[in-house]
Amino acid sequence: MSMALDTDRLIATLAAHAKPVRRLRPPMMRSALWLLLVAAIAGTAILFLANWGMVDRRMSDPKLQLEMAGTLLTGIAAIIAAFHLSLPDRSSAWALLPLPPFVLWVASSSYSCWKTWIVQGPEGWSWGHTAECFNFIVGVSVPLGLCLAYALSRAKPLAPIPVAATGGLGVAALGAVILQFFHPFDVTFLDLAAHLAAVGVVVLVSSGVGRISRV
Amino acid sequence: MGRAQDGDRAAYERLLREIHPLICRIVARDHRAQDRIEDVAQDVLLTIHRIRNTYDPARPFGPWLAAIARRRSIDLLRRRGRSDAKEIFDELAYETYSDPGANREQETRHEADGLAEAIATLPEGQREAVELLKLRELSLIEAAAITGRSVGALKVNMHRALLALRARLRGQ
Repeated sequence: MSMALDTDRLIATLAAHAKPVRRLRPPMMRSALWLLLVAAIAGTAILFLANWGMVDRRMSDPKLQLEMAGTLLTGIAAIIAAFHLSLPDRSSAWALLPLPPFVLWVASSSYSCWKTWIVQGPEGWSWGHTAECFNFIVGVSVPLGLCLAYALSRAKPLAPIPVAATGGLGVAALGAVILQFFHPFDVTFLDLAAHLAAVGVVVLVSSGVGRISRV
Repeated sequence: MGRAQDGDRAAYERLLREIHPLICRIVARDHRAQDRIEDVAQDVLLTIHRIRNTYDPARPFGPWLAAIARRRSIDLLRRRGRSDAKEIFDELAYETYSDPGANREQETRHEADGLAEAIATLPEGQREAVELLKLRELSLIEAAAITGRSVGALKVNMHRALLALRARLRGQ
């Protein structure tokens, strides 16, 4: 069987089995739909479960507003980046989109940790509720991550590792946003470390899953 | 491609034939041997088939095609690098070993010709199963996606094909 004949037969086989396919919607629309779905579910949970007295008091703090904005923008930017990166013809520079808000998130959190340290002294280095924060972010990221993995897998990404890493960053950042509604205290350095460690774990695990799923 | 996504098989076949030389040119930047280029080009064609739902007709086709070809070409280059690192190639080993297997190189080639002929005589479904599952080394799920047959049907076809090939080659 010659090579040309082999390719010829392959093309004929592929064409013979070419059923109509449903085109994917533009990545911006897909990420917006996914984020709306998460906002609806998380919004309902927060509405009924959050301690609103505490949330009102904490949210009036401009530092926390900045930190929340950084975290939320990191989540949104990372999800948009993941949907773009899942397509073969989009630039890999999309992976850099979540970087500026991520810097804002870490910088504003570090600043508020530093303030806590100055005000509270050694208490600023206390363990606080570090383990709960870690478990909360990882716990929220798992269902969100599975839901995102399903949405992203429809594009059958050719380079799944950056898709999984940005997607993991997105769900972990969104988990950290939701956490703020149940976090009745300012973050200490160790809390921030727990938040970032949780984000790191989610990114690493999802990248690992992406690596395994590579064709 | 837009028409192919809507299920226009003739347009799809024409498109695949037209882009095949272009794919070979892109792949040739990473691979030298002609048979290797053809192998990678076939893999690119399979990938295009698998992810044809990701093409957006509002965007140009060229960059979409080139990105897939480049990506698969590099992936296979890496995979080959990994497998080469684990394998030992020694041309003279066949001549230096004294076991009877050393002379089998020529015989194997004849057997391969006989096998190709035997595969060609199989019924359509069985031949497709052998080509996709054994020769192209696709997974059952990938082969099912291409042929539109169920995984069970492919297994049955493969099993029958092996029985038929065994009977035929034993009879030779």
